[in-house]
Amino acid sequence: MSVGLEHYLILSAVLFSIGLYGALAKKNAIVILMSIEIMLNAVNIAMVAFSRYIVPTVLTGQIFAIFIIVVAAAEAAVGLAIVISIYRNRETIESTDIDLMKW
Amino acid sequence: MIGFDIAFWILAIIGVIAALMVVFLRNVFRSALSLILCFLAVAGIYFTLSADFLGAVQILVYVGGISVLVILAIMLTREVQYGSPSNKLRIPAFIVAIVFLGVVGYTLLNTPWQLSTAAPLEPTTTSIASMLLGEGGFILPVEIAATLLLAAILGAIVLVREK
Repeated sequence: MSVGLEHYLILSAVLFSIGLYGALAKKNAIVILMSIEIMLNAVNIAMVAFSRYIVPTVLTGQIFAIFIIVVAAAEAAVGLAIVISIYRNRETIESTDIDLMKW
Repeated sequence: MIGFDIAFWILAIIGVIAALMVVFLRNVFRSALSLILCFLAVAGIYFTLSADFLGAVQILVYVGGISVLVILAIMLTREVQYGSPSNKLRIPAFIVAIVFLGVVGYTLLNTPWQLSTAAPLEPTTTSIASMLLGEGGFILPVEIAATLLLAAILGAIVLVREK
């Protein structure tokens, strides 16, 4: 069976689920950020696959993927800066211990 | 096209295994290295989708930039010896992920996609450039992206600056 759109979408869904599990279940804030990066990559795969198989001559999906990469880079820089700042102030990056605003 | 199929299967298996290692390895540094492998596999997936420019951007930004940031943050926080344990929500999170995968998989396997048989553009760089910067294209989002990156750089500097 030749590889088609469904294969890429299933791969994207599998990667997104792995990232979702990691973002929900992990304590370490850096691992949570890494899981979010995996989820963004999964969405990019779906975008490029749609662009390739539904409208191969119009590259709108790839343009969207480029903007997602830009936002992901900004998010990684600011998120890791926040993690480092929290570690400097509280000596921990366990997300269960960062509960200052928890009711 | 048999070569593309083989490449897709190899890259997909490598990517999924690397993503699982990111989530399940105890050592944070090793999971960061698996994250780099996952990014490389995704770049290869872009190449099999004939998105050559996007694959190069993926390698430049993710493999070259974001992974260095992640490893730098791991070094600065010295949390490697504690590992990355799961919190109390491990079982509910697993159930949520499996249910999400099932729902999405069922939906996209039962949707009649209107596939096009036209040949993909190759190389894509010229078309992407004219869509990003040309007439009636995405020039305003490009400007906003530049502002966003500047704001992110300034925000990161302000956040980690010594008092």
